[in-house]
Amino acid sequence: MYVDTKAHGTSSKALAAHRFRFGESRGFLGLLFMLPAATVLLLFLAYPLGLGVWLGMTDARVGRGGTYIGLENYEMLWTDSVFWLSVFNTLLYTVVASVFKFALGLWLALLLNHHLPFKAFLRAIVLLPWIVPTALSAIAFWWIYDPQFSVVSWALVRLGLIDKYINFLGDPAWARASVIMANIWRGIPFVAITLLAGLQTIPPSLYEAAVIDGATPWQRFRFVTFPMLTPIIAVVMTFSVLFTFTDFQLIYVLTRGGPLNATHLMATLSFQRAIPGGNLGEGAAIAVSMIPFLLAAILFSYFGLQRRRWQQGGGD
Amino acid sequence: MASVDIRKVRKAFGVHEVIHGIDVDIGDEEFVVLVGPSGCGKSTLLRMIAGLEQISGGEISIGGRVVNQVPPKERDIAMVFQNYALYPHMNVFDNMAFSMKLRRADPAEIKKRVEGAADILDLGPYLGRYPRQLSGGQRQRVAMGRAIVRDPQVFLFDEPLSNLDAKLRVQMRTEIKALHQRLRTTSVYVTHDQIEAMTMADRIVVMHDGHVEQIGTPLELYDRPANLFVAGFIGSPAMNLFRGLLRRRDGKAFVVTDDNLALEAESDVGGEEGQKVVYGIRPGHLRLASDAEQGLPAEVEVIEPTGDNTLVFCKVGGTIACAATTERHPLRPGERLRLVPKPGAGHVFDAAGGQRL
Repeated sequence: MYVDTKAHGTSSKALAAHRFRFGESRGFLGLLFMLPAATVLLLFLAYPLGLGVWLGMTDARVGRGGTYIGLENYEMLWTDSVFWLSVFNTLLYTVVASVFKFALGLWLALLLNHHLPFKAFLRAIVLLPWIVPTALSAIAFWWIYDPQFSVVSWALVRLGLIDKYINFLGDPAWARASVIMANIWRGIPFVAITLLAGLQTIPPSLYEAAVIDGATPWQRFRFVTFPMLTPIIAVVMTFSVLFTFTDFQLIYVLTRGGPLNATHLMATLSFQRAIPGGNLGEGAAIAVSMIPFLLAAILFSYFGLQRRRWQQGGGD
Repeated sequence: MASVDIRKVRKAFGVHEVIHGIDVDIGDEEFVVLVGPSGCGKSTLLRMIAGLEQISGGEISIGGRVVNQVPPKERDIAMVFQNYALYPHMNVFDNMAFSMKLRRADPAEIKKRVEGAADILDLGPYLGRYPRQLSGGQRQRVAMGRAIVRDPQVFLFDEPLSNLDAKLRVQMRTEIKALHQRLRTTSVYVTHDQIEAMTMADRIVVMHDGHVEQIGTPLELYDRPANLFVAGFIGSPAMNLFRGLLRRRDGKAFVVTDDNLALEAESDVGGEEGQKVVYGIRPGHLRLASDAEQGLPAEVEVIEPTGDNTLVFCKVGGTIACAATTERHPLRPGERLRLVPKPGAGHVFDAAGGQRL
């Protein structure tokens, strides 16, 4: 009898303690709090991604569920010259636009980091291209690049630099340059403002120390600003490359991939084949082909982003 | 090494003048401390010597050469910043070598100089580390090493110890003083901490609101403060101050306080009969005596033992006075006693202008 009571007491106490520990357990609570975010991610990111990969291995068309055909879509793409042209276009577009966005954005950030009159106002203005909806700014560029009404052509003719209007979006080389220009214009603010934020975390006393150490303005940039900015440059440029690589709106409004597919990017080609063209499977396969490139960009930044030794805090 | 001469130097930010014509002569090999409360202009003055701030008026010369228009790197100075300003992406060696590398000095010479400085500062084992991996005191030493490597004419220190904890601060100030005794480089040191100023300086420049209040050796400032500001600023705990009127009787001078207590002043004190004055006496110059003796009647309010001595805060008439004693009296709050000023230790200041009489 005595033993029984004791055993009973212990087990109920153990149960209470167990329940208490369950609520207190960091692992359980962590999972619980992660659940909403995980649901959203699974539903709206993982599921469409998985669906896209699956569609890429079917012959689905609009209005007709497809059957599994393995890698046939990819085999077709392998020999499709338009697809390879779009890969080339995408790489050219991304590389050229990113290089310019980085150089001009950094330059703009350095300028804005100086004491200027109406500093806050200027910084706000710089953000404008980025906050205007892309479709809207693309329409503005459409006008700027119009073969008959282009303000650029008009100005150049008036200045006597050219005789006839440039066919910005009709000539393959000009079209490529034009869409890249528009993308650069749109992407600079993001780079500039983010790098400006990075610049402002550099303590002014470092520059003063460098001045006393005898560094010229270029040397201050080269030995103080640039190395201290590298971590944020890695983040910004990763995002910039990802945005540029997957760009769609600007091209679709300006050229729809023309002329002669000269400005077709992988994203626009994928859309064109899948929705207007009706070949959902093939479109999905093109979209999935972007993944290796994007992964490469992310891996590059992952290694670029790794905390440098000097950033690591250390015990005394 | 060189002297630094500051002549009628002014500094204005827009229309707002913060330094109103300052004259200081800093001798060769001297260690001068600029001290004053926040906003007195001491850091601005130092930054003008360094060339980080434009000089709005007057002249600064280093080693006889006027440097008003000379860029910082050609002034042959080195500066130690409050936050050390070490380049976080360079290791200790590169931080110290940076200025010489910019001058394209011979790598062997750089190595020799950096290692020499590291030796002086016991930084040898840390040359490969990054600033993040160092303690506050070590970073401070690297900042000094960076200055030493340059072998400048003048060292400038801008509150270099204020980011350190109290114990380390005491240790580092001794190190800096020892370093100066060894290198004999002219040094200008800015601090708001009067103890730092007292312990380190050959001469102290007390600044307040963009003016120099007094220049002198630590003990001169302590023993003969030129005005009420210096009297109150130098010395810890601060000097006790009593307001009153100056009276003379039988060839002796007294200050009769507002509470009608008579405090004897030195007989050669200046000032006129009946003039409004402030009588100052340091806590260490007030002796605790029994209620039966002659002295200021006081009531104990708070007792603060510090170990070396005991600070007794008493109510004397309408003011609180502090007495410091090395003896260990069994005192209790509320107890009545007498405070006896040490003869000849009182200071008398004009109440209106604050000048010493």
